[in-house]
Amino acid sequence: MPSLGADMEAGTLVEWLKKPGDAVSRGEIIAVVETQKGAIEIEVFENGIIGEILVQPGTKVPVGQPLAQITVVGETGKAPAPAAVAPARTAIMEGTRAPGPPVAPAAPAVTAGVRRLASPAARKLAAERGIDLASLSGSGPGGAVISTDIAAVSKRPPASRKPGLDLAEMRKAIGAAMARSKREIPHYYLGTSIDLSRTMAFLERTNADRPPDRRVMIGAVLIKTVALALRRASAFNGFFRDGAFVPSKAIHVGVAIALRGGGLVAPAIHDADGLSLDDLMAATRDLVERSRAGRLRGSEMMDPTITLTSLGDRGVDSVVGVIFPPQVAIVGFGRPAVRPWVVGGRVEPRQILQASLAADHRVSDGHAGALFLADIDRMLQEPDKL
Amino acid sequence: MNDDIRKTLAEEIVNIAPEADVAAADPDADLRESFDLDSMDFLNLIIALHKRLGIDIPEADYARLSSLNAAITYLTERRKPG
Repeated sequence: MPSLGADMEAGTLVEWLKKPGDAVSRGEIIAVVETQKGAIEIEVFENGIIGEILVQPGTKVPVGQPLAQITVVGETGKAPAPAAVAPARTAIMEGTRAPGPPVAPAAPAVTAGVRRLASPAARKLAAERGIDLASLSGSGPGGAVISTDIAAVSKRPPASRKPGLDLAEMRKAIGAAMARSKREIPHYYLGTSIDLSRTMAFLERTNADRPPDRRVMIGAVLIKTVALALRRASAFNGFFRDGAFVPSKAIHVGVAIALRGGGLVAPAIHDADGLSLDDLMAATRDLVERSRAGRLRGSEMMDPTITLTSLGDRGVDSVVGVIFPPQVAIVGFGRPAVRPWVVGGRVEPRQILQASLAADHRVSDGHAGALFLADIDRMLQEPDKL
Repeated sequence: MNDDIRKTLAEEIVNIAPEADVAAADPDADLRESFDLDSMDFLNLIIALHKRLGIDIPEADYARLSSLNAAITYLTERRKPG
């Protein structure tokens, strides 16, 4: 069971998407796990063959417990060394939490074959509508339950919230992570006002001839700017673990996304500094959609090396974030607003953006933070170079 | 004509904000506030309206979709041939 967040202690295995004997490749989604932050798709971090399934659907297990065995490709011999599916990754991420060899659960094993055959869509629908799959006769291949079977027995509209997302649980998880942050991280805070007029004019030019689905939003520009500035500001990009800061070479920007009806997730856009504005736009749209549909991936939950929070183009002038441990910084952007601004001795109307940085004093000082924010400002004055 | 635009607009708002009760909403209230549409939601609404109604909605005109009524007026205007 991988750790999908600083304060995750356990997760419930909801569904296996692979069975023993299936070949899997690195990055492939093999299972769905339910956490306090909703259902998360778990990726495999090795190329190999699925061996024994150690945890059956419906079982809640602590972080670090192996979920299945996987025979890593390239190993030969009749007795392949099993590798735990997710904990290997967890061990890397958590440093001290190295799992032991996979141990079969003490609970009596449930035979996998007993499980009702059903398509993933049907499984999701059934869970949403509280229908027991075992009670249905399936009309799909091999008697598998498919979504039309579910629809046939239920005329109820699907719940507006996805299954598994319990808002009270999510609030607990957010509260625990933020309490830990405020307890352990000596935050310092910086803020600056950035003249966004050139960037807004750049976006206006860029979007003028584009159909709506190819338009770029200011959010994508801000993600790119922060990611590029981090290349020269390594003290804000990485993890603080076991008393030491480990900077990350990769820049995975966590983007805070508000969920409809409440709650918050901050999944990663991987290697954001290398993506074009169009790529970032597509990645953001994809993340927002999957955050709200409850289909984020484990790596997206684990990998952010910094978080960016922006309350969008409505609402407030500024936002100062709380660092999400084990990260060491969070950048906040308020709403761009037209303000009277002094330019060359004259007062002019300009689009002004309030940018903030909350960072970890165990890792950096205000001076470094000021340079980082100044770098972001400078880049936003030359948007054509982004 | 107008009804068709009204219906499409309501459907697309619900696609983005499943909990929205468009019929019960104040048609002159701020559209994005009424249905809690963030900038990405709003862009997705524009994309959907563009696709379904075949109406070009330039970015400079976003402000004209400020309420349900304003949006219906604007979209009806834009759809008129010529």
